[in-house]
Amino acid sequence: MTPVRVSVAAAIASVLLLLVVFELIRSRRLRERYALLWLLTGAVLLVLSVWRGGLNTIAGWFGISGYPPAILFAVGILFILLVLLHYSTVISRLSDQSTILAQRLALLEQRFGEQRDEHRGG
Amino acid sequence: MSRRVAIVPAYNEEESIGRVVDELRAFDEGLEVLVVDDGSTDGTAEIARARGARVVSLPFNLGIGGAVQTGFRYAWEHDFDVAVRVDGDGQHAPAELDAVLAPVLSGEADVVVGSRFIGGDGYRSSRSRRVGIRLLALSVSALTRQRITDPTSGFQAANRKGIRLFAADYPHDYPEAEAAVMVAKHALRLCEVPVAMRARETGQSSITAVRSVYYMVKVVLAIFVALFRRKVVPLQ
Repeated sequence: MTPVRVSVAAAIASVLLLLVVFELIRSRRLRERYALLWLLTGAVLLVLSVWRGGLNTIAGWFGISGYPPAILFAVGILFILLVLLHYSTVISRLSDQSTILAQRLALLEQRFGEQRDEHRGG
Repeated sequence: MSRRVAIVPAYNEEESIGRVVDELRAFDEGLEVLVVDDGSTDGTAEIARARGARVVSLPFNLGIGGAVQTGFRYAWEHDFDVAVRVDGDGQHAPAELDAVLAPVLSGEADVVVGSRFIGGDGYRSSRSRRVGIRLLALSVSALTRQRITDPTSGFQAANRKGIRLFAADYPHDYPEAEAAVMVAKHALRLCEVPVAMRARETGQSSITAVRSVYYMVKVVLAIFVALFRRKVVPLQ
């Protein structure tokens, strides 16, 4: 069983996380696709902190008896890795897009400059 | 008469760009010279324009791949028949242009690469770099199923098909080897011709000793991945 104080502190932290995420969505600083991910994360953390026997129960499903919080670390690290991988793909796509934008802008500027010169000359 | 453009990628090359543009224009009056200023902070763009080149200025530095691709996009949009890449640091001698353009103009090849290692010996570099280039050459030769001797040469010419491919997709950081694999993958005809290259007139090669290992790993990875990519454009 999770000690009561730990449980209360974790619950408060989870609620704070949910509030921050909600505020970010409300002020449009977080897109919906990420909002859902972080809301879900906050909800899972909240459930785990309120359900005091939960960690032991879940660790039991996986046969972890020595140190139940290990399941939390394992799942947490895997989750963070996946999120980081996802961010790498997002960054790659954004830099590809900014390359294309830079190229289009430069080509348009060149074309524009040429036409302007023609008008002045003629 | 086919319309030809020389694509000159340049990043802070104010010391050499004027001479490169002059030599290209002197070489052939029908050749349009396009300098792709890759976010230079010096006078590269102004000097090139003053010497009669067309200049496309990128708003920030994209690296060699992004700059060269910009040139091929220009060539594609302005309906050029042939485009040749000539580096702005002066190492590609305009005197060799005829050799590099010939197979494209005669219709023998879609993409031509000027090689320092066929016959001629116009280029000396460190032993480790030559070994690296040799290893890369073996990998690229195996993947393209033809003999490639100089997979790091940026002295490239392309016809309309090659221009279309490179306008749609040109590899990023160290693009030449991957470009060769891409060309073969799209069933375009690739050929190498012997050229002599000059030592850089100014500045440093972008590849230092420490970086060269990273370079090798990255390029080998890139060319193997390139094999498994989908084709970017339907060329036939």
